[in-house]
Amino acid sequence: MRFRHGHLSIGIVLLPLLTVFAACQGGEGSSGADSAATREEISITAVYTGGEQKAFEAVLDDFMETNPSIEVTYRSAGDELPTVLETAVRGGNPPDLAMLPQPGVVADFAARDALQPLDFARQAVADNLGEYAVQLGTVDGTLYGFLVLTNNGSPIWYNVELFKQAGVNPPATWEELLEAAETLKASGVSTYSFGGADGWTLSAIFENIYLRTAGPEKYDQLARHEIPWTHPSVKEALQYMAQLFEDPDNIAGGPEGALETDFPTSVTQVFSDPPKAALTMIADFAYGVITDSTSAKPVSDFDVFDFPSIDGSEPSVVGGGDSVVMFTDSEAARALVEYLTTAQAAQTIVTEGPWSSLHTDLDPSAYPDPIRRRTGSGLLEAETFRFYLADLQPPEFGATVGQGLWKYFQDFLLNPDDVDGIAVKIEKAAAEAFE
Amino acid sequence: MRPMANGGNVEEPRVKEAKHQSRWRAHVVPLCFVAPAAILLGVWLVYPVLFTVVRSFFDRSGEHWVGVENYVALFTSDFLVTAIRNNAIWVAVVPAVVTAFGLILAVLTERISWTAAFRLVVFMPMAISLFTAGVIWRLVYEKEPDRGALNAVIAAGQETLRPVGELAEAAPSTDAVREHPPGGLALAKSLKPGDVALLGLTQIPTSDVRKSAVDAVRPDALASGISGVVWRDFRPGGGTPGTVEREELGLPAIAVELRDERGEIVSETTTAADGTFAFEEVAPGDYVTSIAAQNFARPFEGISWLGASLVTPAIMIAYTWVWTGFALVVIAAGLAVLPRELLEAARLDGASENQVLRHITVPLLAPVLTAVFVTMLINVLKVFDVVLAIAPGSVQDDANVIALAMWRTAFGGKSDFGLGSAIAVLLFALVLPSLFLNMRRFRREV
Repeated sequence: MRFRHGHLSIGIVLLPLLTVFAACQGGEGSSGADSAATREEISITAVYTGGEQKAFEAVLDDFMETNPSIEVTYRSAGDELPTVLETAVRGGNPPDLAMLPQPGVVADFAARDALQPLDFARQAVADNLGEYAVQLGTVDGTLYGFLVLTNNGSPIWYNVELFKQAGVNPPATWEELLEAAETLKASGVSTYSFGGADGWTLSAIFENIYLRTAGPEKYDQLARHEIPWTHPSVKEALQYMAQLFEDPDNIAGGPEGALETDFPTSVTQVFSDPPKAALTMIADFAYGVITDSTSAKPVSDFDVFDFPSIDGSEPSVVGGGDSVVMFTDSEAARALVEYLTTAQAAQTIVTEGPWSSLHTDLDPSAYPDPIRRRTGSGLLEAETFRFYLADLQPPEFGATVGQGLWKYFQDFLLNPDDVDGIAVKIEKAAAEAFE
Repeated sequence: MRPMANGGNVEEPRVKEAKHQSRWRAHVVPLCFVAPAAILLGVWLVYPVLFTVVRSFFDRSGEHWVGVENYVALFTSDFLVTAIRNNAIWVAVVPAVVTAFGLILAVLTERISWTAAFRLVVFMPMAISLFTAGVIWRLVYEKEPDRGALNAVIAAGQETLRPVGELAEAAPSTDAVREHPPGGLALAKSLKPGDVALLGLTQIPTSDVRKSAVDAVRPDALASGISGVVWRDFRPGGGTPGTVEREELGLPAIAVELRDERGEIVSETTTAADGTFAFEEVAPGDYVTSIAAQNFARPFEGISWLGASLVTPAIMIAYTWVWTGFALVVIAAGLAVLPRELLEAARLDGASENQVLRHITVPLLAPVLTAVFVTMLINVLKVFDVVLAIAPGSVQDDANVIALAMWRTAFGGKSDFGLGSAIAVLLFALVLPSLFLNMRRFRREV
């Protein structure tokens, strides 16, 4: 039994409203209807609002310029995107295309036959965005989505003045990082700023360490829960993570204070006056937080280095991003999907928006400033790219506030000595979620 | 308008028609008026409730009947047991406290001249949404005294009593310096006249070093005295701990003590701009030079109001702050219509104010107090937004209540509508008794 009728009756109530809404929209469009009489109309939905919406619409405008016979309408669903799409799919009226931030949701829709295959673009995706992008969007041998825009989750942001005062250089290896942390502490500042109130900031640190210590094969296995969280490789990574947590004096606000610090504060307090910490390990979208909420200037006040190599690990990046999916197959929708694999689209994405791109033909000089060029090229130069492991988990285990992975990494921040205990707890929650 | 009879000779069919019409109207007209409300209630209230009950017997996907499995999970998973326990604490504490505060404030404010102004101030929190109130209190409760208003007040109070030391953050740069006496730092080995004490400290932000400070120098040994230096044993890159190097600043105006073998203070001095100090003319013997404890007095670090153990009481205080105004206004209204004669008579008979309150005012106010109490009971059972707004993600499990558990289960990433519905049904069942209580009371009053 499926609960379709629930949405149906709500639909009946909303129908008059929608009709009025549609009528209004029709009125608006009719002025330019003569020239667009033969244009094919498609719609795309995503979370972007404000500046991000403008940037994404710039990509769509470019597309419409090269394809004058197609009219693309963008509709923002805000943060409620999964719910909006869920309702639209069950009501039988989904948008033609959507941009989904979680591969898990892509797989979920695909499993319910709500998505159209994108196999026609498989070659272009593999050539331009890499094999991993194909692997990530493939469900049971069929490509249903691919990463159009990406974020780099492996940069470390630091306060240039504090590094100078302490006389340390951006570390390239884990040992150098720990050494720099000791020196920074001796110079009178806490080294690490953690946004512990938002569990994902901590799970991203684990993912960066695990990808470096265990390698991409184990990373993929752990993502699919083919090896347990009590596996020695996990414990090894947790031990590395504990080295960041074990000195309460070297964490801004101490571990308890860090657990109350949300992501934006964890970034701004590194560049506030006086600064509360010297560095923070967080994705490239922190750039916008720094430039919007602090007076720090790129390069002279704030800068970035790559997550250090552990035991000689190759340059690796953990990241996330939004995948395009197709609900309704049409020539126009296919044209837009194909356009999104091109270098031109990638160029607009990184110049107009706050995002990075995996596109191999993208010229890093497209990034509008040196810091973003650095995080952007970090993505391209990485030998290994992997999606955030937590986002590949069932959401109640990998991406729920106060539960599962996020919760256990928060506990771990308070109790970094208890590697075995945390591993057992995580494994128990994972086993339940994967049942 | 009723069709008026045209005199006495009305034709039979027309009368019939009119009668028929009026009967039809008697049924249909009220129905027409009720219909929109009934339809809306049906669609938005009755149907969802029934649907939720049905849904609670299905699994997460909504495709498989699982019987009472979701209800078993309600009472067996830690997550929900905590929520139910917390809700019980809420029910036990908050309605009583809010009603009591409202009563006390209502009685007291009757006696002052600024009654209206005072009540307005207490009522003001009601004018903002609970969620907004939650956001405000989240800021009040922040642990960092720089950010959290409550800890800032405590910090200000504590620092007036015990000023923060100049070296609050400092730590010894080598093992040669250890904590001694308690709170202070001293060289581990004892000194004789002619020795030089090197007291190196690290973890001092440059911004904390006085402007007058100059580069530290290693002082010369005195023939019959003890000399030494207190300095920031750090230069960019770290330097060599324990050695006075170039670019390392002396720490001026630090109190230094000289103690003899029994720990008695023999002499005290303060350091110069380059961090040096000297105790001239010291009798032979073993001595300890220490940096006095007051230099290291730590600033107040903030109470973790939002930590796992204090978060529920903290949220309750915020909630009481919002709702006391409501209780005050309702109880004050009840108070205003109390028969004054009774109170006056009691006072004339020599009853104390306390006795008047306990034996006259409260019994007479009983219906109003019950109304406030029951209303608060229902509000507290479904408490949600303040908890969501105040509790940081890391302690949402510890601060959990039933309504929040329902929301987190159904919409918070897990999307388990089956279990979520079961929690909603439990909440519904819990609210029902107090709803009936309120309805019975309404009927009696009408």
